[in-house]
Amino acid sequence: MDSATQTVTGKDRYKSGVMQYKQMGYWEPDYEPKDTDLVACFRITPQDGVDPIEAAAAVAGESSTATWTVVWTDRLTAAEKYRAKAYRVDQVPNAEGQYFAYIAYDLDLFEPGSIANLTASIIGNVFGFKPLKGLRLEDMRLPTAYVKTFQGPATGIVVERERLDKFGRPLLGATVKPKLGLSGRNYGRVVYEALKGGLDFTKDDENINSQPFMDWRERFLYCMEAVNKAQAATGEIKGTYLNVTAATMEDMYERAEFAAELGSTIVMIDLVIGWTAMQSMAKWARRNNMILHLHRAGHSTYTRQKSHGVSFRVIAKWARLAGVDHIHAGTVVGKLEGDPATTRGYYDICRNDFTEKRLENGIFFDQPWASLNKMMPVASGGIHAGQMHQLIDLLGEDVVLQFGGGTIGHPMGIAAGATANRVALECMILARNEGRDIVRQGPEILNEAAKSCAPLKAALDTWKDVTFNYTSTDSPDYAVTATAA
Amino acid sequence: MRITQGTFSFLPDLSDEQITRQVQYCLDNGWAVNLEHTDDPHPRNTYWEMWGQPMFDVADAAGIMMELAACRKAYGDRYIRLSAFDSSHGWESVKLSFLVNRPRDEPGFRLRRQEGPGRNMRYTTEPYATDKPEGERYGV
Repeated sequence: MDSATQTVTGKDRYKSGVMQYKQMGYWEPDYEPKDTDLVACFRITPQDGVDPIEAAAAVAGESSTATWTVVWTDRLTAAEKYRAKAYRVDQVPNAEGQYFAYIAYDLDLFEPGSIANLTASIIGNVFGFKPLKGLRLEDMRLPTAYVKTFQGPATGIVVERERLDKFGRPLLGATVKPKLGLSGRNYGRVVYEALKGGLDFTKDDENINSQPFMDWRERFLYCMEAVNKAQAATGEIKGTYLNVTAATMEDMYERAEFAAELGSTIVMIDLVIGWTAMQSMAKWARRNNMILHLHRAGHSTYTRQKSHGVSFRVIAKWARLAGVDHIHAGTVVGKLEGDPATTRGYYDICRNDFTEKRLENGIFFDQPWASLNKMMPVASGGIHAGQMHQLIDLLGEDVVLQFGGGTIGHPMGIAAGATANRVALECMILARNEGRDIVRQGPEILNEAAKSCAPLKAALDTWKDVTFNYTSTDSPDYAVTATAA
Repeated sequence: MRITQGTFSFLPDLSDEQITRQVQYCLDNGWAVNLEHTDDPHPRNTYWEMWGQPMFDVADAAGIMMELAACRKAYGDRYIRLSAFDSSHGWESVKLSFLVNRPRDEPGFRLRRQEGPGRNMRYTTEPYATDKPEGERYGV
């Protein structure tokens, strides 16, 4: 690494022609980021023979003011302020040829309250830059001054719990299955059975919008019949995430307004609608007292591989700024990608008042949240009642646990599946609060509860051996190391 | 029917020993425990009648259990819930809430449907018990 290169200054800096990025002011090893700077950590993999410092400077340049050649019009601006500055480059532990580059951006580079603008800068052009084999945005420190320009989650964890009158335990949900093909009338049957049986929420899947087998209005009307009927049958507030994802904003507003008119407590959108649409829906949700669920459909196309893309922890930060209330954040034990330490980092980003730097969880920076509402993480995909002790231990109580197959696939029926999950949850929270070691005694606690609950017994028998033990692709690069004192 | 509001409604009714352990957990976390009662269990009935003030400065669960016994003596025919309040910044709300008393008989809820245009339905949930005036709903 050539870290000695100095920035060229004065008249020579603006001679026409091509100059190395690190000489143009995009590499400033002595720079100390200001409290108001946005700071990004990228994993860069330079092409063979490309100096990592020059690569880091190029990323800084291409994600801020630079173009490939010197331009005299820089001199019409306070160019030094607007240049992003790479100030630190570290070798990635145990990964040859990969480096963590830290880059600071002045706050004036960004429009207040716009994720679209932020992402257009930071991930706009630079990911296709030829001198790099790969580039990944690992984490960002968003300064308080910037955080304060966003609405944040429309409802937040605390108010969601107050509205639903549910405290002290994870919420329970299930995605209606099969996710495609059911008519509105049959779909509502699944919703009613699951809610009556003990779940708090049911959910549309990401790709349920308005297809030939079921128009969205049919779904909304039958689902609300099911929700209200289950509410009367149990005396509890119930909800179903009505997916309003559609082709245009006008369509989405129409669907969301219909959901509000029918008295739904919650609507849902997919990540694929884009950041601007998400922010619009978050504002709509705030205006209409609606909880806003986000399904992270599509994220694995750019979050999963460590060599290139955007880490999910960054997506989670952007989503909290953008203002959704729920976000799928992994289960650790289920069928989808999720290393425990990395997942812990995502959950911290969703729920903390202040997220501390923890390299062992993939968190590269301290992150203040400036009293922005908290976002409820959702654990979904291949989980069942027999894992309840592990889920509560790993994910805590401010989380929605979604047992789709684990409810609907129950041998005694959907309502029984829901009851099994609810009893497993309540007995485990009771035991945890009593001070019992749920990680070790979990199976025993579940078996005790199953003695007076046949559906739980059947669930434990059916899924007792189901695990998904595969190595995660996306794991932290720094191990926990013991420190002296 | 059995209304399932509260954190532990799907378990068999908690014994006083079990309630004591939950109360101690709340106190150990620095939360204030509160008792409330009602004879209107509508799921949107937020403000149940308070049994005195929330108990802010109690360290031992025994004191709370004495209050619970007194509340049950006065309102044993109603729903009583025990909740724990956390005043920390960023939460400032309830942390745990569960039923510690139920009426002997729970008649449940009527769902009224008012048919509107375009199959749009207006739903109203009504506890059967609230057909009678407050205080006369569940008998003793």
